[in-house]
Amino acid sequence: MKVLVAVKRVVDANVKVRVAADNRGVDLTNVKMAMNPFCEIAVEEAVRLKEKGVATEILVVAVGPKEAQEQIRTALALGADRGILVEAADAQPLAIAKILKAIVDQEKPGLVITGKQSIDGDNNQVGQMLAALTGMGQGTFASEVNVADGKVKVTREIDGGLQTVELKLPALVSTDLRLNEPRYASLPNIMKAKKKPLDIKAPADFGVDVAPRVKTVKVEAPAARKAGIKVKTVEELVAKLKNEAKVIQ
Amino acid sequence: MPPFQQYFGETQNIVRQTVRKFVQQEITPFVNEWEEAGELPRSLYEKAGAAGILGIGYPEEFGGSGFDIFTKIAASEEIMACGSGGVAASLGSLDIGLPPIVHWGSPELKQRICPDVIAGRKIQCLAITEPGGGSDVASLRTRAIRDGDHYIVNGSKTFITSGVNADYYTVAVRTGGEGYGGISLLLIEKGTPGFVVSKKLKKMGWWASDTAELFFQDVRVPVANLIGQENAGFYVIMTNFQMERLNLAVMANTTSQLALNACLDYVQERQAFGKPLAKFQVLRHKLAEMATQLEASKEFTYRVAAKIGAGESVVKEVSMAKNFATSVSDRVTYDAVQVFGGMGYMRESLVERLYRDNRILAIGGGTYEIMNEVIAKQMGL
Repeated sequence: MKVLVAVKRVVDANVKVRVAADNRGVDLTNVKMAMNPFCEIAVEEAVRLKEKGVATEILVVAVGPKEAQEQIRTALALGADRGILVEAADAQPLAIAKILKAIVDQEKPGLVITGKQSIDGDNNQVGQMLAALTGMGQGTFASEVNVADGKVKVTREIDGGLQTVELKLPALVSTDLRLNEPRYASLPNIMKAKKKPLDIKAPADFGVDVAPRVKTVKVEAPAARKAGIKVKTVEELVAKLKNEAKVIQ
Repeated sequence: MPPFQQYFGETQNIVRQTVRKFVQQEITPFVNEWEEAGELPRSLYEKAGAAGILGIGYPEEFGGSGFDIFTKIAASEEIMACGSGGVAASLGSLDIGLPPIVHWGSPELKQRICPDVIAGRKIQCLAITEPGGGSDVASLRTRAIRDGDHYIVNGSKTFITSGVNADYYTVAVRTGGEGYGGISLLLIEKGTPGFVVSKKLKKMGWWASDTAELFFQDVRVPVANLIGQENAGFYVIMTNFQMERLNLAVMANTTSQLALNACLDYVQERQAFGKPLAKFQVLRHKLAEMATQLEASKEFTYRVAAKIGAGESVVKEVSMAKNFATSVSDRVTYDAVQVFGGMGYMRESLVERLYRDNRILAIGGGTYEIMNEVIAKQMGL
């Protein structure tokens, strides 16, 4: 079975971003970039499926700037077999989903794995949009994935507990934080990954218009939190929660 | 053509991200514990070896990933980003102890030693400094007298990084007459009768690094363990110093970077007189000065590295880079503690450790003064 994994290049999760001076976004000059953490989990899950003999080939796709090749190479170093970069900086979720749909049509993977969201835009849309566009079943926010007999069983993290769904393959899974703990690539594998195939494409190759449909009007830093206060008794705390914060009745 | 020289390309960036991830998972959560313990667990060497991190810069035939100077620098910077110079020093002690073997050892010696060290199964260190003298390498007194197919070694060494836990010691000994022409390098193995770690030394900084005093009494070392030609050790030591000095410059720059980053976060958060510290001109300008100095130092160090990578001899420039980088890191770590105020003096602050750890950088691998002597000589003085 072929597995397609979508990955995205984003600001490193440990970087504290600051709002850019023009308030159009966050300042990305000289900021460390990395693979989106949820995408790392997606790659790891695909590699584990391959190690178990369930997956036979892992194709990694990124839609992003030229530098996103680094994230594809990283995925190749982790165990993926080949990559496709569709060069389009700042593509929005629908455009990314349409490009991925075109690639799914060409490649016909048995399973598509995406991160549940990327930590830059936090949109949480591409996986769902791609499932809708391709007509595949979707198991989002996966904390456990089991593939057997032409089906995938996905345990989903939902409000209030866990839900298990069973989907017919081909299907789409989006990863949550607790699905697995991604490994780091070893140096020899990084060197070997240089020789794995990586195709560079443009959105036009798939007939997709990546012009933005959503306009960011203004980005502002969250208001600074006011200092807290100390209360002497539980009664005082309850009174404040009731009368001032109005969070309990 | 790109409009300017990019030192780090795709491979270096991927290696950087990988090492960063390794550090976040395997090092950062344990740094405080290791700092208190005064040493690293052996398992860290094994993990770093398995990930191929120890093999960066070494030939593939020994399990390394080949030499590329900016890959090495990217990895060194990320290891140092754990915030403990001691971790970086001890985990990286192979980088001063192993190159003489790789470049000058006999084929048998290389085959026997290198793969285990690069895989993290054995710990390698370098032992040159003696209780009687450090900078004056040509006067070292540990003696090795030939006796058949062995040398008999007597003497002592001190301030040896990884010296407590190491398995293999690249040791400078006197095999000939006085002066630099009588020095050789011998590989001495832990457990050889007469060789003892006489003391684990307590230090101002670099706590996570085990530093030792070594004692040799009638230690019989096979002649097969000679590294390079007999009495040609001084040249090997001096050549080896070039990469060590570059590494120390990189370490100093990363120290400055970490201190500056910590300050940039702190001045945004910390309030005084009703506004964040970042709004006070005196501190804004201090941070601007720190950043400027660091930028110049980084660019200079990278430039020297690029020349080394291209095979140029840069004895003078690498000494300048080390001195420049350590004088910048002296200033920047001092200022960082000042910016943090009382909190900068507390052990819970990163800048407190950086301030202590930094002090060795202008001493080890050739002191500031010795560097200036090297520079002056190269200037024909």
